[in-house]
Formats: sequence, structure tokens, C-alpha cells
Amino acid sequence: MEIATEIQRTVLFDVHCRLGGKMVPFAGWEMPVQYSGVIPEHVATRTAAGLFDVSHMGELWVTGPDALKLIDSLTCNKVAAIQDGRAQYNAIITDSGGIVDDIIVYRFGPERFLICVNASNATKDFEWFKSHNTFNATVTNASDEYGQIAIQGPRAIEILSKITAKVPERSFSFTEDEINGSDVIIARTGYTGEDGVEIFCATSATEKLWERLLEVGKPLGLIPCGLGARDSLRLEACLPLHGHELGEDISAYESGLGWIIKLDKGEFKGKSALAKHATGSPRNLIGFYVTDAGIARHGDSVITSDGTKIGTVTSGTKTPTVNRALGLALIDSKFSAIGTKFNIEVRGRKLAAQVVATPFYKRPKV
Amino acid sequence: MEFPSNCKYTKDHEWVRVEGDTCVVGITEFAQSELGELVFVDLPSAGKSVSPGSTLCVVESTKAASDVYAPVVGTVAEANAALKDSPSLVNTEPYTGGWMVKLSGVAKGDLDKMLTVDQYKELLKGRI
Repeated sequence: MEIATEIQRTVLFDVHCRLGGKMVPFAGWEMPVQYSGVIPEHVATRTAAGLFDVSHMGELWVTGPDALKLIDSLTCNKVAAIQDGRAQYNAIITDSGGIVDDIIVYRFGPERFLICVNASNATKDFEWFKSHNTFNATVTNASDEYGQIAIQGPRAIEILSKITAKVPERSFSFTEDEINGSDVIIARTGYTGEDGVEIFCATSATEKLWERLLEVGKPLGLIPCGLGARDSLRLEACLPLHGHELGEDISAYESGLGWIIKLDKGEFKGKSALAKHATGSPRNLIGFYVTDAGIARHGDSVITSDGTKIGTVTSGTKTPTVNRALGLALIDSKFSAIGTKFNIEVRGRKLAAQVVATPFYKRPKV
Repeated sequence: MEFPSNCKYTKDHEWVRVEGDTCVVGITEFAQSELGELVFVDLPSAGKSVSPGSTLCVVESTKAASDVYAPVVGTVAEANAALKDSPSLVNTEPYTGGWMVKLSGVAKGDLDKMLTVDQYKELLKGRI
């Protein structure tokens, strides 16, 4: 469901305009799609570092004696397995096994959890948690209180260490610190396939933090990056995007999220529907290369050589690092083996394509 | 931004330049800056008949595909094969190396109906 609301601006709107950001509407927010260009920004993130305003993302606090039980009852991953100071990728599941939203859960203590949710779903998720809260827990929508900045790339940690001594050491761990006299949460997470962090800060402290990171990072190759690069980076890394690879009408197994579905954790909403897909789902999310000249995009039909429709492209473009027309598609699982050939209907033309192994890009081990 | 005075323009940001018997067609510097760096140009085959409003080429950035419309009635004489390997020529040299199509059989009267450089610049007022 799309809830029509007035378009919002992050606290960094004026900064983006000053930096030459091209502003476009996205998920109810006016966001920079690019500054210097999608390709240079993508390449900078893969080779040095990129700075992203992700203040549009939502933040929910779940607190109280039953906070853990509430989150565990509505999500498929095992929240009880998270230790203090660690984060977990998870998903809120519908009764039919679809995905309300994919989220990251941060455990601050046994009774205190922060949930980072997608911008367009923040209100829906908040209402979902509230309406299913039959527990001794409190849910607060803190989205307006937080700005969020991501710094991603092979030099991200080096840049970050110039302004804090509390760099979170492990992937999916987080720390708390004070930067520029304001409290921040620094999480070693991201949405680009690179190393890096996402920093939550007070809305009022976001601009100063952005400027400071840019100042110390510039000599090391850090540049501001827009949503265009964020999308091509996450696609190369095969990180799913809600509304594309994930949605209420796609089972979490079909989206390729089997690795976060813990059917042995006890009861949770959507479990019985998911259990039916545990040994195989009717559709699979696959990666493909277009082997003809052309680019397949979101919504294009995947068809067999005799013209039968077998699925739909969920994301597709030609990406800078892999430098090929590639994409993800949700297709009939009979056609999902690596090497399978099919066609994609692109603007009235049929382009040959082939199922390939994912992810398209994996960052080199240091 | 540069808009050569020896070209005629459309409100959809295509340019046309007469070169001998043919008309060379491309997109303006403004158009390329709006589209961002191109990663693919789908070019027409020689011999294809086109008329205003019909799609001449498709230009694609990482974000989106956009149609380039035929500015006048004509027949495709040649497409710029260099764009197959280097679509970003449209960004870096929109009026020279980044040309897209040469059209033959274009009526002079159709060219006269197109925007002059001053009229095109007027159209862009407040946008550049």
C-alpha cells in the first residue's frame, strides 16, 4: 500500500544542493540521486570511499521486559541469538510468509533494541509493531530524532578512525561514542558490498558530522554519493531492495532470504506459511546477465524461447564495476539453475539472458 | 553550456545539423547533463523511416532508459557505430563524436520549423 504523504526533506537537503546534488523524489523523500555522476560515485565507493545520506531510513525503539519476545514473534531470524552490541539482519513476516519489511535489529541490552527500517515503511512498521504488541514492551517511532550517514568503501574505516577511537571491530557490531559533542551509534553495516559503517546521530548533529567526515575523508578519496550509486552498488552485491526483490506478495524463501529464516526458534507470525516453502518454493530469485546488446530493467518480463512468461525482472541495469548488463529476476523455480537461458522482453525486443551465480560482485579479501 | 548556432533544436532537446545531403542528429548538452552518464545507446538500422514523435534511439544511463525522438521526417542513412563501445561520447562530445544518426531525405521546410539556437536557449531559461 502506498500512503500518499507530503514529500519530506532530510536535514542535509541544503548541503546536497550546495554540493550540486540532483534532487529527486524517493520513498516519500527528496533525495540526491547523484552529485558528480552515478559512475564516478560507484567507482569511488569500490576503490576508496563514498559518503551517503541515509537519514530517510526509519528508526524504531523496542524496549521493556518483553521487547525481545515482541520482535521475535514478528520476525523470522532468531533475535534471542543477538548479543549486546551486535546487530542482525532480519525481516518482518506476514501471515502468508511475505515480507512487510527487511530490517536490522541492534541489541543495546536485554530490554533495549533499535530497529532500522526502510524509509517508505517506517510508519507501516511502527503501526505493525504497535498493533501486534500484546507483550510488556514499548514501541517508539524515533525516525524524526535521527539522521543517518553511511560511509562505505575500502578506506571507510581509515577515515572513520580519524574522528573516533570507537570503531566497531566486527561486521554487524556497533559502538556508541560522542562526536562533535553529540551522541552517535556507529554500526559496521552497509548496503554497498563494501566494508564501512552506518552512523546514527541526532538530527541536529547530522550536518556537522557529514561535513567533518567529508573534510577528513576527502584527501583519501571520499566523495558524496547519491541514491543512484547506492542502487548500482547494492545490486552488484545482490542486496535485496524492498519493493523490488522483497514484498508482502513474495515469500521470504523466494526472495532468497532462507539464511535468515529460523524455523526452529519457536512460534512467530508467518512461520506455518514459510514452513511450506522450506524445501522448495514455486519461484526463485536469480541473477542474470543479458547476453544480447541491451539492458533489462525492473518490471520487464522473463520469457522462454516459445514466449511463455516465467517471471519478472526485479532490478536491472548496466553496473560500473562488473560492467555488464545484469539484474535479478523472480522466476519459475524450474528455470532457476545456473546456466539456464531465457529471453527478457525489453521495450518490445527480446534480449537473450542467462542465469549466473550471485553475487555479481564480492569485495576482495584483504 | 554550449549550444552551437549552426544547429536547429527541438523542445525535446534533440539537435539537427545539415552536413551535405544528410542531417546529423544528436541530443543537446543540456539533455546529456539531465540524463547522466550513458551506458548504452540502442541505435536504429540504416533504411528505417522515421517521423517526428517516433523513437529514433534509446539512450540508457544506469538509472533509466529514455527515448530520443526523430526531429523530422527522414530515413536513417547511418548510425554512429562508435557509440556501441563508447556511449559516453554523447556526454563528453554531444555535438561532435556523440552524434547519433544521419538522416537522408529531410525536407528543408521541416528544418525551418525547428527551433533556432536562441529559441532553444529561451526554452531552457531558468533551467541551466
